[in-house]
This record gives sequence, C-alpha cells and structure tokens, in this order.
Amino acid sequence: MPNILLVGATSAIAQALAHEFAARGANLVLWGRSPERLQTLGADLRIRWGGKVETETVDVNACEFHNAKFDRAVRAVDGLDAAVFCHGSLSNQGECEKDFSQAEKQLRINCLSVISLLTVSANYFQMRRKGTIVAISSVAGDRGRQSNYVYGTAKAALNVFLQGMRNRLHSSGVKVITVKPGFVDTPMTGHLKKGVLFASPSRVSQDILRAIELGRPVVYTPWFWRYIMLIIRLIPETLFQRLKL
Amino acid sequence: MNRPFGSWGRYPQNSHHTHKLLWSTDPLPPSNGQLMLAYGFGRSYGDSCQNNAGTLLLTQALNHFLAFDQEQGLLRCESGVSLDEVLKLIVPYGYFLPTTPGTKFITVGGALANDVHGKNHHRAGTFGCAVTQFELLRSNGERLLCSPELNPEWFRATVGGLGLTGLITWVEFKLRRIESAFIKVESLKFRNIQEFFEISAESDTHFEHTVSWLDCLSKGASLGRGILMRGNHAPASAGNLKAHRQPKLSVPCDLPGFALNQWSIKVFNAAYYSRLRAKATLATTHYDPFFYPLDVLNHWNRIYGRRGFFQYQFVVPFAGDQTVIREILGKIAASGQGSFLAVLKAFGNRKSPGLLSFPREGITLALDIPNRGRQTLDLLNALDLTVSAAGGRLYPAKDARMSAAMFQTSYPEWQEFANYVDPAFSSGFWRRVTGGSE
Ligand SMILES: Cc1cc2nc3c(=O)[nH]c(=O)nc-3n(C[C@H](O)[C@H](O)[C@H](O)COP(=O)(O)OP(=O)(O)OC[C@H]3O[C@@H](n4cnc5c(N)ncnc54)[C@H](O)[C@@H]3O)c2cc1C
Ligand SMILES: NC(=O)c1ccc[n+]([C@@H]2O[C@H](COP(=O)([O-])OP(=O)(O)OC[C@H]3O[C@@H](n4cnc5c(N)ncnc54)[C@H](OP(=O)(O)O)[C@@H]3O)[C@@H](O)[C@H]2O)c1
Repeated sequence: MPNILLVGATSAIAQALAHEFAARGANLVLWGRSPERLQTLGADLRIRWGGKVETETVDVNACEFHNAKFDRAVRAVDGLDAAVFCHGSLSNQGECEKDFSQAEKQLRINCLSVISLLTVSANYFQMRRKGTIVAISSVAGDRGRQSNYVYGTAKAALNVFLQGMRNRLHSSGVKVITVKPGFVDTPMTGHLKKGVLFASPSRVSQDILRAIELGRPVVYTPWFWRYIMLIIRLIPETLFQRLKL
Repeated sequence: MNRPFGSWGRYPQNSHHTHKLLWSTDPLPPSNGQLMLAYGFGRSYGDSCQNNAGTLLLTQALNHFLAFDQEQGLLRCESGVSLDEVLKLIVPYGYFLPTTPGTKFITVGGALANDVHGKNHHRAGTFGCAVTQFELLRSNGERLLCSPELNPEWFRATVGGLGLTGLITWVEFKLRRIESAFIKVESLKFRNIQEFFEISAESDTHFEHTVSWLDCLSKGASLGRGILMRGNHAPASAGNLKAHRQPKLSVPCDLPGFALNQWSIKVFNAAYYSRLRAKATLATTHYDPFFYPLDVLNHWNRIYGRRGFFQYQFVVPFAGDQTVIREILGKIAASGQGSFLAVLKAFGNRKSPGLLSFPREGITLALDIPNRGRQTLDLLNALDLTVSAAGGRLYPAKDARMSAAMFQTSYPEWQEFANYVDPAFSSGFWRRVTGGSE
C-alpha cells in the first residue's frame, strides 16, 4: 500500500488526486495552509475510503522548516513512496509588472518553495533508491507570453529543475514526473470565462495517475496541449513578438 | 448573470449572479448589496430555490463527509452532499436514509430547508425529525450550532425554512438500520378513491413505506383509480447491501410542446394502470427503482418542453370525508389537463419540527401539470379554492404561483418565522408570498 505526500492538498487538482489515491488504498499525508480545510478534506477521505490520512499545516514559503516537516511526514506513515506538489498561484501579471516585490512573491510560491521541497524529497528518495516525485507545472512554462510571463517564468524554471533532477535520479530508480495542465476549471481560474479548452480537475487527476502508473516523465493534460504547445513553440520569435497572446 | 440555475419545473425563468461555495469553514462572500440564497441541486419545482437578479450561493461543492459513527448510525456532512452520495456511502454499512423524497439527486441542505418527506412519513415523520444538529452561518458572520436543545428557535426556523435563515453549512442526522438493500413490495390496484381509503389505513399499520399512483383522468365510477405500493425493508436473506449505480439514460433536449397532450397522458395513465394484471402483486426489488423510479432518466423535466410545468402538491386534513379529494379529482378530470404523475399519500401524525414545514396529518396529493399558460393557472386557482376551503395548504418546495393571501392564511406561523429571516437572504418565493415585488 503506497504512502503518498500531497502538498497543496486543498487545491482542486490535489483533492481530486487524493480521492484517486485513497480509492486505490493509499495512505496519505496532506499538507496545506488552512487547518480547517485540511480537517474537512481529511475527514471526508477517511470516511469515504477508510485509509489512513494525516494532515499538517505547513507554510510552504518557510523553506527553513521543509527538512523537519518532511521528516515528520515520513514518520507519520512509516516511509513515503511518492511526493506530489500541487500548490501554486496564478499571478496577477499586471501587478507583477508594476512592482517587483509582487513578482518576487509569485516566484517564491510557484518556484522557489517547490524547488526547496524537491531538494528535500529528491535526497530522501535517492537514499531509498525508489519512489516517485510529481510536480504540477503548467503549459504556461513552455513559452513566455505577455499575458502571464511571471507565472510562466516560475513554471519554466521548475521544468528545467525537474528535468535535471530526473536525469540525476534516473540511475537510482526514482521517477520524476512533470505535469503540464492546460486550462483547468478550479478556483485558480474562477475569474476566467470557461470555454471548451477547460478540463475538470478529475480529468487532470486521472491523467496524472496514468502517468505515474506508466512512468511517463512529462505529461500534458489533457493530451492535446502537447500539440497546441508544440505549435506555439514552433512560431519564430520574430513573428511571436508581434502576437497578442 | 447566468441562466442555467433554474428550478425543476423551469417556471418562472430567472437570471442570477452565482457564487460557488468551496468550504463550509469559509466565510460567506460579501453580498455587494445583493440578496443571497443557497442553491443545491435545484430540484425544487417553483421559485423557492430562485432569487431573480440576486445571488445564488451554489452549494454542490460543499460535498465533504465530516463524521460517520457506524455504531450509532449518525452521519455528519456538509450541506451540498447529495442523498445519492450518502446512499453510496451508507448502504454497504447496513444503513439507509431516515426518510427520502422521490429523487436522490437533492442535497442534504435542500432536504433540511424544505423539511422533505417520503413514503414512510406515517412512521418517521419528516427529514427534520432525524436531524440531531446543524450549523447555520448568518450573513453577519455568526455561526449558530442548532439542535432541538441548542438554539431551538433557530432550529425550528431553519428546518423547513426555505433557505431564508442563512446558509446551512453542515447537517448531522440519524440513519436507519437495514439488513439488505432490497424492499419487499406489494402493489395493489384500487378501482376508485373509496377503495384507496379502505386499503391505505390498513397498509400504514403493516408497512413502513406506502405511496399510491393515481390515474387522474379517469372519471365517473373509476374516479381516482390507481395503484398502491407498499413495502418493507427486506431481511438479509433477500439480498446484499449493494448501493445503486449511476443512471445512463437522459432526455437530450427539450421536447416540443405538443409531445405531452391530453391524449398521450391518457394513454400513459391507462397503460400504467393495466400494467398490473392482477389485483395484487408481490416482488422484492432494489431500493433504487422502489424509491427513485424517475431517477433512471436524467433531465426528465425536459419532456415538458420550454414552457415548463407545475407541480401542485397540497395536504388537507382528513377525517374520513372524501369529498375534498373527489372534488379536486373531478375538477382536474373535467379540465382535461391531466397529469402524468399523480401521487397520493396519507401523512401520519408525527409533528414536523419546522415552523414552516409543510407536512401535517392528512392526505397529500401531488400532480404534475404541463404549463399551458392561462388555462393551467385558472385550473390551479380553482383547485386552491377547494384546498383552502378544506383548511389545506400547498407545499412551497413545489409552488410557483400561490397567492400571498393563501400562503399567509395557511402558514400563520410565517410572521413569527419572518423574525429569523437573514436580512441578506431572500428568494423569489419569499418576495412573492410576503407581498414584496418580483
Ligand atoms: C422527482 C422529484 C421528486 C420529489 N419528491 C419529493 C418528495 O417525495 N417529498 C418531498 O418532500 N420533496 C420531493 N421533491 C422536492 C425536493 O425533494 C425538494 O425540493 C428538495 O428540497 C430539493 O433539494 P435541492 O438540493 O435540489 O435544493 P434546491 O431546490 O436547490 O433548494 C431548495 C431549498 O433549500 C434551500 N437550500 C439548499 N441548500 C441550502 C443550504 N446549504 N443552506 C440553506 N438553504 C439551503 C434553498 O435555498 C431552497 O430554498 C421532489 C423533487 C423531484 C424533482
Ligand atoms: N487551474 C489551471 O488552469 C492550472 C493550469 C496549469 C497548472 N495549474 C497548476 O495546478 C496546481 C494546482 O492548482 P489548482 O488549479 O488546483 O488551483 P487551486 O485549487 O486554486 O489551488 C491552489 C493551491 O495553492 C495553494 N496556495 C496558493 N497560494 C499559496 C500560498 N501563498 N501559500 C501556500 N499555498 C498557496 C492553495 O492553498 P489554499 O487551498 O489554502 O488556498 C491551493 O492549495 C498549481 O500548481 C497550478 O499552478 C493550474
């Protein structure tokens, strides 16, 4: 029975994932910043699926505590088999342009906090010579666009970091999975008008589960984003710079 | 502004702002000067789940279970959990709902706010009778824990309180033990309303669940013919504890207005009546077809087309005198505006816990009537006269048109209730029956 750490557990995508994992008999450690939400989610998972669910209030930006918190998670379920990082914030691009401190905050939550946690978990799984690390990035990291390039920068940095880590951990048998969702109908996109390109969190969670089962290194979800992003990446920069994207 | 959050009868049609609630522990959104109303699955027929030009607080994502005591049979869940989800959880543990309406696609919050009733009313009373406690979130941020002992006045106002006292965040209620997921059912034909009354009382003493379907187009000697279904939960020997599955069929789009006419309704009713060859049949069926025959067809309300339909449900006191029911059936048969589904049941004497709860001892009849405009409203107004004269009243969860006067006379508690209405909450129904503009 796998033991899984879910960070940003109260996000819509993580909640859907938690149900998928729990339905398969996994024990879960849930991290989030709101103790009330964690308690609600934990109770629901225990009642529906009967597995073990531990919750912990964690400020992911407080990187100095990551080691200790991670240790606690490991001890809570007697060893981890996977760690999944789901927290994130869709930055307000306009504010980031006006004020660097806003951009810095966004880079911290979407990139630095994840890199710190990836570092801790990579060392843990490398030592155990097994395990799976999953981080939710975004298609936004595939090319910088004027509408959200601060968020895109954070996710792009994350992509490269994950790529390098995957390369490093390959010989230890540890899987590293980069998840690139397109538009997902979650609170993060609550303010956006929903079109046909929006996927449900449960669809995305099923794709992530399949990627874990099949050991896919990079997964676009839903699948067609791979091709949309391929085309977007192929547009020459001289042309791209003129586009309103 | 959004249109799709309508009511089941699709009349009246409204536009709303919407706000999706995600966690029961979160505060309410700022009202921005707009009146709010919780909206569950919109399975109410009229305007009690509508709030034209105001905000609907969508509760469907408040779908977390909070506590399940398997020894005591006590379940606590957020208010947006559906009865469908509850059943899937509890049936395998050997529990069933304390009572259930004719569809499982309603939320627990909706069940509480309309204090819904089911086929076992004569035994169990309303849903509110099984509620041990709930939390009410007021627009001033106050959270009130309500039970028959704690804040009892808020308990009484909120059970059956039509969503007007604030947001119900979670509900705790008692479950009923079962040994199998099956029901032993007997179906009996009655040739007229006289026969119904003869077998109904006897059935209620021996069966936990009773309900009758009525052919309301038949006239003369067979006025009020129909089929009475009565059942008890079957013992373990009769079957397993498997919950139901998802329905697969759906009405894909609105049917044209002429699909349902006097003729097709007559054929349906006659066929339904003669489906039962023998005068009585015995069967063991899963709870799903027994309690929720209509749930097999998603969006079945679309067969009534764009103009929608009315459900007319009343309760009248009953002391052996059948004239009221006869008069009503006579008026419907004479109008030629039939009903596919006419459901008849005797309510028992268990007191409903809510100030505005609909059920009370007597006979209740529910009719689905396609909206044909003026002539339909005229018929329903004519029925109102009979119901009012008999000291009866209508079910707000099903109503889209009763007059303010009728509501206020038949629910005299409304003035006391008004003291508990949250100043930031309102509904189309409430404005209509308290004489506000709509
Ligand atoms: C096929 C069918 C059969 C039915 N059979 C029966 C029956 O046998 N017996 C019976 O009693 N009813 C019956 N009904 C009616 C139905 O059970 C009620 O209308 C029920 O309240 C609908 O619940 P809902 O979740 O859809 O709520 P909605 O219709 O969305 O809302 C109903 C009311 O509850 C309030 N509400 C909902 N959630 C909350 C909350 N969290 N906090 C505060 N207020 C809230 C709303 O404001 C509104 O006033 C039937 C309906 C259908 C469609
Ligand atoms: N939705 C999309 O279209 C989309 C597309 C591509 C990628 N993604 C990625 O998918 C992941 C999950 O997001 P989601 O769509 O499921 O959105 P979501 O439900 O809004 O979840 C966001 C999560 O991040 C947490 N979070 C936000 N800011 C935080 C902060 N400053 N400190 C700590 N935690 C913070 C939130 O915690 P609280 O619950 O406590 O608020 C929540 O758990 C994110 O990494 C996001 O970038 C989403």
